[in-house]
Amino acid sequence: MTNFLEQVFNGLVSGSFYALLALGLAVIFGILGVVNFAHGAFYMLGAFGSWLALDKAGIGFWPALLLVPLALGLFGALLERIAVSRLASLDPLYNFLLTFGVTLVLQDLVVRFYGVGSQPYSAPKELQGTISLGLFDYPKYQAFVLVAALVVCSAVWLAFTRTRVGMVVRAATERPDVARALGVDVRRWIAPVFGFGIWLAGLSGVLAAPMRSVNPLMGSDLVITVFAVVVIGGLGSVSGAVIAGFALGLIEALGELYAPFLAQVLVFVVMAAVLLWRPAGLFGRQEVRA
Amino acid sequence: MPRGAAGGGALRVENLVAGYGQGTVLHEVSLHVAPGEIVTLVGRNGAGKTTLLRCVMGLHKPSAGRVLWGGSDVTAVAAHRRAAAGFGWVQDDRGVFATLTVEENLLLPKVSGGGWPLERIYEYFPALKQRRRSMGTQLSGGEQQMLALARVLRTGARLLLCDEPSEGLSPLFVDKIGEVLTQIKKDGIGVLLIEQNIRFASRVADRHYPLVDGRLQEPIANGDLAERELELLDHLGL
Repeated sequence: MTNFLEQVFNGLVSGSFYALLALGLAVIFGILGVVNFAHGAFYMLGAFGSWLALDKAGIGFWPALLLVPLALGLFGALLERIAVSRLASLDPLYNFLLTFGVTLVLQDLVVRFYGVGSQPYSAPKELQGTISLGLFDYPKYQAFVLVAALVVCSAVWLAFTRTRVGMVVRAATERPDVARALGVDVRRWIAPVFGFGIWLAGLSGVLAAPMRSVNPLMGSDLVITVFAVVVIGGLGSVSGAVIAGFALGLIEALGELYAPFLAQVLVFVVMAAVLLWRPAGLFGRQEVRA
Repeated sequence: MPRGAAGGGALRVENLVAGYGQGTVLHEVSLHVAPGEIVTLVGRNGAGKTTLLRCVMGLHKPSAGRVLWGGSDVTAVAAHRRAAAGFGWVQDDRGVFATLTVEENLLLPKVSGGGWPLERIYEYFPALKQRRRSMGTQLSGGEQQMLALARVLRTGARLLLCDEPSEGLSPLFVDKIGEVLTQIKKDGIGVLLIEQNIRFASRVADRHYPLVDGRLQEPIANGDLAERELELLDHLGL
C-alpha cells in the first residue's frame, strides 16, 4: 500500500513537468497553430540557466526561479517577433522546421561550451530532506514541485477563464478571423502568448534542475512524451494539456510498478487508444466546417 | 480614418478583383451601399459572394481594385482597424465562439461610439439574457444568429456585412432578423446582405445585385422585383 501511494506521488511529480510543458505547448499551438519543437530546448535552458547562474554569478535557486524563466520568456517573445511571425502565413511545417532548427542550435551551443556531461545542482537548503506524509516520508523538494505545478496550472486556468486577456486569447485561438472582424488586434497577442509558453518551459527547467540530471539533451528526451501528452489532451486545449499531463505521469508511474515491460511504450499505447476513441483528443473540439 | 458616422458612411467598392491562388473568383466588381440602405447580393453557391464580403471586411486580400469608406481608401487597412472604423461582419456560420460564454461573446468586441450597451442588447434579445452564462455553441442555431447580430451591434458598426443570416432558421427567427435589420436601417446603418431567400430579401432590401460567376449584374430595385423576379431566380439557378 505504501509502495503504491509513494508511486502515485512519484507519478504526480513527473506529471507536474508534463503538465507545465504541455500547457506551454498548448497555448502556443492554440494561438499560432504551430507545434513548438524547441520547447524541450527551452526546458533544458531553464535547468542549465539555473546551474550557470549559480556557478558563474552565485545566484541561488529562488532568484533563479524568478529570473531564468523571465529571461527565456523574453527571448521567446523576441524569437516570435524576429522569426516565427515571418513564417506565420506559410504552411505550419515551415515554423515546425524553424523551431526544430532552433532546438539544434541551442543544444549544440550548450554542448560546444559545456560538453554533454551532466552538471551538479542541488535543492535549496529549505527543501532538502524529507517531509512526513503520514504513511511514508517523501522528499521535500519533490513535494514542492508538485505544489508549485498545481499552483501555476490553477493560476493559468483562472487567468484564462476569468480575465479579459484570457478571453481575448481564447477567442483569437478559436477563430482569429472573427476576432479580428470584431476589432481585436489578434497579432498583438501572439508574441506575448508565445513568450508566456516559453516562460512555462523555462520554469519547468528550473524546477527540474535539482532533481534531474542537468545536461544538454535533457529536453529532447522529454519533449517527445510531452507532444504525446498534448495530443492526448487535445491540441490547443489548455485544461486538456494539464489533466492529460498529470494523468500520464500517474499512468507511467503505476505502469512501472505493475507492468514494467511496458514502461517505454505505455505513453504511446495510451495515445493510440485515445486517438482511436476520440480523434481530436480528450478535450479537443472536433473541427468545425470551414 | 473617419468613422462612418462622420464620413457619411457610404461604402464604395471599385473594380475589385480577387481569387485564391491562380483562380479568379471576383471579376471587376463595383457596387455601393449608402447609409441606411440595405443591399443584397444574390447568386448561387460559389458565385463569389462570401469572398466579396471577406474582401470588404479586410479578411481577404483583393488582387486589384479598391474599397472606399466614407470617401477614404481602406483597401490596405487591416480588418481590426476596419472594425474600429465602423465595419461589422456576420459570417455564414455565425462565428459564435464555443469557448466563450454568451456574455463573453458580447463583451469581446471593441465597443466604440454608437455601440449598443449590454442592457439594450438584453432588452432587445431577452433570450440571450436568459442564457448569458451558457457557452456559445450550446445555443440553438437561431439563438446563435441572434448572438452574432447582437455582438456586431455592440461594436457600433455603421456598415453590416451579413452572410446569409436567415439560412436554416425557423420562420420565427427569420422574422426577428427582419425586425433587427429594419431597426438597423432606421439607425442609418448600411447593410450588404447575402441572401438566397428572395421572399425575405424583398421584405427588407432596397436593391438587389445578382452575382453570376464572379461578375456583378445591373442591380434590380426592390420595387421592380415583382416583375423581374424570374430574371433573379434565373441568376440563382432556381
